[in-house]
Amino acid sequence: MAHLQESAVAKINEICDRYVEEKTPLMMILSAIQEEYGYIPLEVQEIVSERTGISVAEIYGVVTFYSFFSLQPKGKYVVGVCLGTACYVKGAQQIIDKFSELLGIAPGGTTEDGLFTLDALRCIGACGIAPAVTINGKVYPKLKVSDVPGIVEEYRKMEA
Amino acid sequence: MALINIFIEGVSYQVEAGTTVLEAAKACGYDIPTLCAYNHGECSKGSCRVCLVEIQEGRRNDKGEIAYGPQRLVASCVYPITPDMKVIISSPKAVSARRASVELLLSNHSMKCQQCDKNEYCELLYAAKVTGAREDMFKGSMTPVTIDQLTPSIVRDTSKCVLCGRCVERCKNAHGKGVLGFEKRGFNTIVAPAENRSFANSPCILCGQCVSVCPTGALMEKSEIALVDKAMAEGKYVVVQTAPAVRAALGEEFGMKVGTACTGKMVAALRRLGFKKVFDTNYAADLTIMEEATELLGRIKNGGQLPMITSCSPGWINYAEINYGDLLGHLSSCKSPHEMFGAILKSYYAEANGIDPKDMFVVSIMPCTAKKGEKEREQLQKDGIKDVDAVLTTRELAKLIKRSGINFNKLPDEEFDNDVVGDYTGAGVIFGVTGGVMEAALRTAYYVLTGKEHEGVKFEAVRGFDGIKEAMVEVNGTEIWVAVAHGMKNAKVLLDDIRAGKSKYAFIEIMGCPGGCIAGGGQPYIKPQFLPNEDADIVDTFKAKRAAALYSEDERQTLRQSHNNPQIKALYEKFLGEPNSHKAHELLHTTYAAREAFRD
Repeated sequence: MAHLQESAVAKINEICDRYVEEKTPLMMILSAIQEEYGYIPLEVQEIVSERTGISVAEIYGVVTFYSFFSLQPKGKYVVGVCLGTACYVKGAQQIIDKFSELLGIAPGGTTEDGLFTLDALRCIGACGIAPAVTINGKVYPKLKVSDVPGIVEEYRKMEA
Repeated sequence: MALINIFIEGVSYQVEAGTTVLEAAKACGYDIPTLCAYNHGECSKGSCRVCLVEIQEGRRNDKGEIAYGPQRLVASCVYPITPDMKVIISSPKAVSARRASVELLLSNHSMKCQQCDKNEYCELLYAAKVTGAREDMFKGSMTPVTIDQLTPSIVRDTSKCVLCGRCVERCKNAHGKGVLGFEKRGFNTIVAPAENRSFANSPCILCGQCVSVCPTGALMEKSEIALVDKAMAEGKYVVVQTAPAVRAALGEEFGMKVGTACTGKMVAALRRLGFKKVFDTNYAADLTIMEEATELLGRIKNGGQLPMITSCSPGWINYAEINYGDLLGHLSSCKSPHEMFGAILKSYYAEANGIDPKDMFVVSIMPCTAKKGEKEREQLQKDGIKDVDAVLTTRELAKLIKRSGINFNKLPDEEFDNDVVGDYTGAGVIFGVTGGVMEAALRTAYYVLTGKEHEGVKFEAVRGFDGIKEAMVEVNGTEIWVAVAHGMKNAKVLLDDIRAGKSKYAFIEIMGCPGGCIAGGGQPYIKPQFLPNEDADIVDTFKAKRAAALYSEDERQTLRQSHNNPQIKALYEKFLGEPNSHKAHELLHTTYAAREAFRD
């Protein structure tokens, strides 16, 4: 197994410590780690297991059950395309296909330069502005397929 | 417990409040089929949906009249009973709902029943039979399949998994933390070690408790019957030894009541299967005690690492190497009894009988799946010759007997071979139950320290099924504290104390499986639906019944202390010198190595 840097181990322990008083701390710990590092690899799950007494198998089960958690590092910009019912009937599938085509990755994947991750989301509760896309929390309402190239270009330019 | 009134199929019953519909119906004489509910709620997730029944809940008004709510389907294994509830098991709706549940499970199930090792004991097949479920009712895609057969002990085949969760719960209870879990979601859900790894690269200790509870063939021991067939066909000198716990359970495979010892018939069957010699591992258990008791006394005298911990259980050894690498110095360096026997057979016995050890093939019949893995350890072979060549579980032996056409129940009772080696005492017999190794060791340690036998022979305090047992033995005015733990969850408590430097014990016995070897992962299944003549509480009582079979065999022996075994005495005089001698160390002792939980 690859081994983590000491600073990361300390940070993960600190995150676990935050929730010692909680009856069921796992979701909170995992959410905090996901937020901090963008992913939760097995080595990290082992530390959480050691601290909480919950088996790695169970933690891995939770991580793979919720699409919010990731086993692989995510890109700098996480493009979340809502495929909930409202967005879907308003053409979200074409939108995610376009992102897929322009970024050269399938949903769930990350670009080689580490810049973009494309995620398919279930309803994000923004049905009134369907179809909706979020990029690192910023919401893009009522998107059309023709808007997609401009958005991708905008982020690429920021990084150039 | 308060009793409440319910109606099952229109008949009024008084049942214990707080139970589920399934348990209440069972108490009233109804067996509702189920795949996930097991062992009084050890597992009951309501996941298989096979136990559906219709219920109507009633509410009494001021005048005592009952008004009933709608009639609806519920999963009886998780639905609690309420006063005046009507339970309807055989309505057309309930019957067809149960059938549909099984048919849905069958639609995502491997249908290779004839090739399945669980065939005779498959609970899914049983549920299909009693519900009248038909295959091919729902055709569609199938969940991607993983077959893990990398360990020598356990095969995991997800094409047969019904996602009941029993193994997940049992693994947590036996292992302490648990190795198996549900992974992914929806149609892609599987039960696996993290990352869908092989057991070989996970913290699995190969105890096989998951195999014992799996309702289908998704978890099975890895069969080594073919290895034995091959050795026989090649004309090797194939000898067999049987662990104590095997005789206490093998008969169950042939319809005998749980707890019937069938030593004589087992020996007769093994002879008819073509084994050149049929030995009792008990002989080596006596040898283990001589080595282990001497090692313990040496540690006490010379200020060695204490407590010393037994090393007979390979599941426990795996657990120690993975989780307590820092405490390995506490483990006795003694090989487990069947490995000792293998080493003696291929040296002392081979020499005495003019056999080339290379032509020998030692088969161990064990109640254990971890023993299969143990025999592959590098530390347990010398110059490419393994101490033991094949390990069959009690269940595999039953298969072998059935395959050969032997009518087990009609066999005469025969005696074990006794040829230079083979004699045994009562101390060896009780190795098969939790506390047994401790008791056997105490009998001998007491004698070595005081020069006289312990009065009454028995050490009652280390018997029974409490998770952790302790006892104090006074020897020459000194108090020696000992402890016994079975199941890793219990062992962990003692181990953490050692790690924290606050263990008061001199000697600890640890067995991987809860209950010890009699309830090992290779023993016949205790599945009530296949044991119609046993009491309803057989899942609670089978350990005690099998243990009683061993204790009574101990009582029947004239010699009950390992140090009184005449052949063991002769072995030391003629071959080994004395316990823990250089030669004894070479042949009978081993080493351990820490390893990571998740290996790449």
